[in-house]
Amino acid sequence: MLYRENGQFKTSYAADQQIFAIAQDRWAILAIIVFALVGVPLLVDEYLFRAILIPFLILSLAALGVNILVGYCGQITLGAGAFMAVGAYAAYNFHIRIDGLPLLVSFLLGGCTAAAVGIVFGIPSLRVRGLYLAVATLAAQFFTDWVFLRVPWFTNNASSGSVSVANLQILSWRIETPVDKYLLCLTILVVFALLAKNMTRCAIGRQWMAIRDMDVAAEVIGIRPLFAKLSAFAVSSFFVGTAGALWGFVHLASWEPAAFSVDRSFQLLFMVIIGGLGSIMGSFFGAAFIVILPIALNQFLPAIGSVFGVSISTAGVSHAELIIFGALIIFFLIKEPHGIARMWSTGKEKLRLWPFPH
Amino acid sequence: MKLQQLIRMASAALALFSSLTAPPVLAQAKEQFFPVLVYRTGAYATNGQQWANGYLDYLKLINAKGGINGVRISFEECETAYATDRGVECYERLKGKGGGATVFQPLSTGITFALTEKVPVDRIPLITAGYGRSESQNGAVFTWNFPLLGTYWVGADVAIQHIAKKEGGIAKLKGKKIALVYHDSPYGKEPIPILQELGKTHGFDVQLLPVAHPGVEQKATWLQIRQQKPDYVLLWGWGVMNSTALREAQSTGYPRDRMIGIWWAGAEPDVKDVAEGAKGYSALTLQHGAEPGSKVVKEILDLVYAKGQGTGPKDEVGQVLYMRGLISAMLGVEGVRKAQERYGKGKVMTGEQVRWGLENLNLDQKALDAMGFAGVMRPVQTSCLDHMGSSWVRVHTWNGSKWEFSSDWYQADEKVIRPMVMLASGKYADEKKIKPRTPEECRK
Repeated sequence: MLYRENGQFKTSYAADQQIFAIAQDRWAILAIIVFALVGVPLLVDEYLFRAILIPFLILSLAALGVNILVGYCGQITLGAGAFMAVGAYAAYNFHIRIDGLPLLVSFLLGGCTAAAVGIVFGIPSLRVRGLYLAVATLAAQFFTDWVFLRVPWFTNNASSGSVSVANLQILSWRIETPVDKYLLCLTILVVFALLAKNMTRCAIGRQWMAIRDMDVAAEVIGIRPLFAKLSAFAVSSFFVGTAGALWGFVHLASWEPAAFSVDRSFQLLFMVIIGGLGSIMGSFFGAAFIVILPIALNQFLPAIGSVFGVSISTAGVSHAELIIFGALIIFFLIKEPHGIARMWSTGKEKLRLWPFPH
Repeated sequence: MKLQQLIRMASAALALFSSLTAPPVLAQAKEQFFPVLVYRTGAYATNGQQWANGYLDYLKLINAKGGINGVRISFEECETAYATDRGVECYERLKGKGGGATVFQPLSTGITFALTEKVPVDRIPLITAGYGRSESQNGAVFTWNFPLLGTYWVGADVAIQHIAKKEGGIAKLKGKKIALVYHDSPYGKEPIPILQELGKTHGFDVQLLPVAHPGVEQKATWLQIRQQKPDYVLLWGWGVMNSTALREAQSTGYPRDRMIGIWWAGAEPDVKDVAEGAKGYSALTLQHGAEPGSKVVKEILDLVYAKGQGTGPKDEVGQVLYMRGLISAMLGVEGVRKAQERYGKGKVMTGEQVRWGLENLNLDQKALDAMGFAGVMRPVQTSCLDHMGSSWVRVHTWNGSKWEFSSDWYQADEKVIRPMVMLASGKYADEKKIKPRTPEECRK
């Protein structure tokens, strides 16, 4: 009834090509962004910021990056954690070795380094596909693990191999409170998400999708696989690397290679699969599902138990969390193999017809 | 239309949700809240569990005895599974609960590193008894960290002292080969700088053999040991890595009496399954060993387990890691007690006040005897600048069925450790732009 584009006429190409063609969508997204920037900092307590919102924003950014590579270009990667690590350690080294380098520049340089490493590890994609490529990218994971554990230069000769940063500052803005950190992550995420959305809508995004759908056909119509695949690797790794820098600097403040283990790579891959391959929105859904659900289960299970007079042990909760989480993943994959994003768009279709479905 | 049904369901869900999220009861004025970070699942669960049981049982014992000068202890567990990000989440979850957390003890060096950056902001002390950052002993820089009873540098130094004693003098170490088989994480890497330093001074060779998490795959490591035949092997493992190392040592024929573990590699779960195969293997102790006969354990059995409130299985009470958890809890509780002496007996202490208590901890023999810790540990005295309080260690050896003390007390060499602590903490202070506290500021 309310959600309907009747009467919204497009009179120019620009209007026809805008990201959110329906006015209601446009306003809703704007309202969400404004609420996230202004409303959330006023309403939310510190725990939600530090434990849920900040990790959610950072991992959404990483999931966006993975989605560009896996969802849009069809190159399966298991090296996302590695690129996060490269981003984090590169940003760390730029940050401490070049005095007075602005923080954002360190992040972006971290992202660029990750992009360069991504291109190197993307080269096998020119020859191998599918599961074989996944195994090849796994090499990136083990390689970076090894490098950051073994080469003391990267960790500034820290005796324990753990690095830490403090006193983050952008111009005169000192990033100390969780609200500051949240706003920093949110701003970066909004800019990057817009970038990603537009990239997927322009020529380069179409090249990626052509490669994903059928690379031989794409080559026949004049798309260079070398450029398309490696650019996807570069852009994806740039996103993931920046997310890694944020994860290290903003979320953890002190980290070791285990923070970017192969588990992280799997987690990111699951995010895009559950959220929706080839969908910007899906990256957010996937990140929300994987970041928030386990913590929510972990907190609410004992409470639900106590409602029924059962006290569940800590170990019991943690096992139950894994069981329920696993079951939900299977449920979602059976119910909607195209991810939560597809559910969302089906829901929107239904909403357009409501309350008078055919 | 199903709309009505949907609304009904949604409102029911909302009601449930709000009942769950609402803070339980706010009137907990007289309770000191102890957050308990544990891992009862994951790769290191067998070891983490015992520690957690000891920790909780001691808190329950204090409550059974009427609390800390009448202030009862409330506590809540949070499962970290030894993962840093989950540990940080648990920290954030628990730090504000129950009127504010008293003290955090994460039992993971990785989580300690992450929390070290966070506790100064939230003003909550962080006790890391027997683990954590070695340089955090320097209380002038690490205001909120308390590596009470010993750090890995203490452990490494004593391990070398023990080897020297076995060899018949420190001069005999010259030309020896000592291998360090370590968990490839901040935990395992902590002893490396001091071992290299000692190696340089005494002329022995240090071989570094990392083992990847969780440590079940060590074939290659022990092949190297077989080839290079080090004179001694130091084992810096945790959880399943320890028993695997002992099994591998058995199958490669490396003599177990030439293996020395850190105090995290010297508990019952590490050797129980290997039993006879681990005979002769020694490990350092964080002062205490398995103490089933001590007075405090008897009290726990009488006042907690007899009433059916015990946290874990009764037969594990008094085992090595159980005692470690128990002592860790005791140190936290004593910090609160000490703080109450200054800020008011029978009051709930804030994190900042507890820090003062921990900084001025003075548990002499009389106090230990009174608490039932006679023979379990030695006196501890901390100060504003020394957050460790004691660096005494003894060694125990597995005889095939139980741990038995096999050495006298060693004290870590201050002359070796102090300069390294000052150097490393100075570097940290520079990086973080921390101004170290002066003795004058300490007196406040």
